[in-house]
Amino acid sequence: MAALVKLSDLPAGSSAVVRQFPKTGTASLRLREMGLLVGTPLKLIRLAPFGDPIEIKVRGYHLTLRKSEAADVIVEPQEP
Amino acid sequence: MTSAARAPIYALVGNPNCGKSTLFNALTGLKQKVGNYPGVTVEKKIGTSYSQHGQPITVIDLPGAYSLAARSPDEAVTRDVLLGRRADTPQPDRILCIVDATNLERNLYLVHQVLDLGRPVIVVLNMMDLATQSGLVIKAARLEQLLGIPVIPCEAVNGKGLIELRLAMSKFDPPLSRHAWNIPAAISSAVAELQASLVANGGKAPLIARAEALLLLTDQDSVRVAGSTPLDGRTEEILRTWQRRWESEGTDWAGTLVNSRYEVIGGLAAEVSEAAHSAAPTVSDRIDSVVTHPVWGWLVLGVVMTLLFVSIFSLAQAPMDWIGARTTDLANWTKQVMPAGDLRNLLTDGVIGGVGTIVTFLPQILILFFFIGLLESTGYMARAAFIMDRLMSRVGLNGKSFIPLLSSYACAIPGIMATRTIEDAKDRLVTILVAPLMSCSARLPVYLLMIAALLPGRGVSLATKVGIMVLMYALGTFGAFGFAWLFKRTLLKGKPPLMIMELPPYRLPRVRDVMLHMVERSGIFLKRAGTVILAISVVLWFLAAYPKAPAGATDTEQLAQSFAGRAGHAIEPLIKPIGFDWQIGIGLISSFAAREVFVSTMGVVFNAESNGEDTKTLQHALGAATWPDGRRLFTPLVCVTLMVFYVFAMQCMSTIAVVRRETNSWRWPLFQTAYMTGAAWIISFVVYQGGTALGF
Repeated sequence: MAALVKLSDLPAGSSAVVRQFPKTGTASLRLREMGLLVGTPLKLIRLAPFGDPIEIKVRGYHLTLRKSEAADVIVEPQEP
Repeated sequence: MTSAARAPIYALVGNPNCGKSTLFNALTGLKQKVGNYPGVTVEKKIGTSYSQHGQPITVIDLPGAYSLAARSPDEAVTRDVLLGRRADTPQPDRILCIVDATNLERNLYLVHQVLDLGRPVIVVLNMMDLATQSGLVIKAARLEQLLGIPVIPCEAVNGKGLIELRLAMSKFDPPLSRHAWNIPAAISSAVAELQASLVANGGKAPLIARAEALLLLTDQDSVRVAGSTPLDGRTEEILRTWQRRWESEGTDWAGTLVNSRYEVIGGLAAEVSEAAHSAAPTVSDRIDSVVTHPVWGWLVLGVVMTLLFVSIFSLAQAPMDWIGARTTDLANWTKQVMPAGDLRNLLTDGVIGGVGTIVTFLPQILILFFFIGLLESTGYMARAAFIMDRLMSRVGLNGKSFIPLLSSYACAIPGIMATRTIEDAKDRLVTILVAPLMSCSARLPVYLLMIAALLPGRGVSLATKVGIMVLMYALGTFGAFGFAWLFKRTLLKGKPPLMIMELPPYRLPRVRDVMLHMVERSGIFLKRAGTVILAISVVLWFLAAYPKAPAGATDTEQLAQSFAGRAGHAIEPLIKPIGFDWQIGIGLISSFAAREVFVSTMGVVFNAESNGEDTKTLQHALGAATWPDGRRLFTPLVCVTLMVFYVFAMQCMSTIAVVRRETNSWRWPLFQTAYMTGAAWIISFVVYQGGTALGF
């Protein structure tokens, strides 16, 4: 099993599965309502030209969030 | 009359970008009423559709929402209308849930919440063609079976599925969903208690009460909006008690609910859809690899924006001239058919002149609205926000403020009206407050006149003139960002807003929808801002026309001894420190209507009325103008100071009227006028006194 990393540290183009989520916080709840839950696979598509925000693909659609929001989401990188 | 006898009211709900507006337009044609929900700046759209028997059906188009646990005023209105919390809107009897078929799971989340409401629901599977193209197979009949309600495949853009939808909407007795799901055990007793309290204390029907109880639990620091009935005290108390208990136990109550909903949805989606996973990048992916590219992305943004401004300035010019000429014609005609007198002057100079000033800007405003609509409906708007977010976050704003601010270079009015896409109320307000600092096109005539007065003669290179112009634009831009930074740190301090945003797939815009949107927006501007603008025009006319000078006085003499002239004298002590005399003061006062009025007022003040574009006589007159002691009035330093003043000063009644509408109070437009005028004075003071000290 690969080491757990913050979603904000995931390199562009890599895939991962969500492992931990903060229990509280508005961002945390909205992200989950948008379908980003523990166990959900995702792919980091790209970073914006200045490195922030990031764009991920989850459940078949594209979502952007700031690195500050992504830092709370812990993911497990997957081998391609 | 029983509720069964009345035609049912349908509400249209769905995620943003699911094609809801297109479907609404298709269902109602042009039979729409667009307004505002009282107390909040959320667009209220109600239309009339017809059943297969020709009976009218009322359809309320609710704002797009990802969830009923509201995160924006838009979502809060959707939630509150569905729960019957708004006295200004009837609670819908039935609900049309629009689902983007290419994005089934996330869209079903909202459907799942809506099913809890205990009302008959029709699910519309929109964009079936796009789903098929992307290799997705969706078994609508199976979903219908599982949910026990009509599920109608549809392609709203080309009208497919509309007949079936109309048929389903015409049913006398639509079914309730048979779908049942188990509320997670950890929170079920809380739900039961809240439900009982809502029935007993809030007078709610049991099913709606259950849905509301569930929502209350996911609604961590939810958005509340004006005009909605607040929660009753007893229920609020029960909710707080449970939340405190769960917090101390470490129970993730809200998350538990979201998880269990998605579990159910995952099961549904697996049963009704087959995804042919293809690794090949979609068209959207390929466009994005250019549009959000670190190098090409900026180029695309630059080209899009250049195109926007070129078309505004080139396309808008002819109709603007035409409207200007027709306004003059109308005023002249009125002069001929009416006997001379105050009433005639009120009509020609006050009403026609004032309204004409605003209508002249309409072509520009229309084009801007068209472009903003185009950027929104193609999906490019979200990309612009994506690549600009980092820069905007430096001053505490987010990427969504970018397009409204940029549009304000042409005209702040569409820019301010476009801030509705910014969910966070404080971010939106800050954007509105600083938008008029971007140098708009009405400042151009003032800049041009001042540059001409500053550098008379032919020896001046174009580069110098352009350089000064660029400097003024830069000053306004830095001012806007500086004040945004200041406001976010002081007045409108708050938690950093979320920047969780969907990047919808690129879609070809529907010209009809974009046009409709453009006409709606402009109509709203004319209707709502019109009254304020008319009132201010009449007041300004009165100030310039009274008291009357003795018969035979010239326009210049009349203006000089009018209330406006006296006001110019009255404010002279205030504006003397920035190098202006009372005559410029009259210009400042009268150009409160719109900035470019300064030029024509100067024409009257210095008795050098010029025709149209040619301001040579006026330039001459300005060059000859002096203080009583014979010093030159329009020194180069004063010209520069005047430009700087116009960079910062509000000086636009239409903007004030629009801000009043968009913020729902006089507080913000008044504050905005005060801070901008204050800043204009202080910065002009620094420039003028600094320049004088340096010997300019």
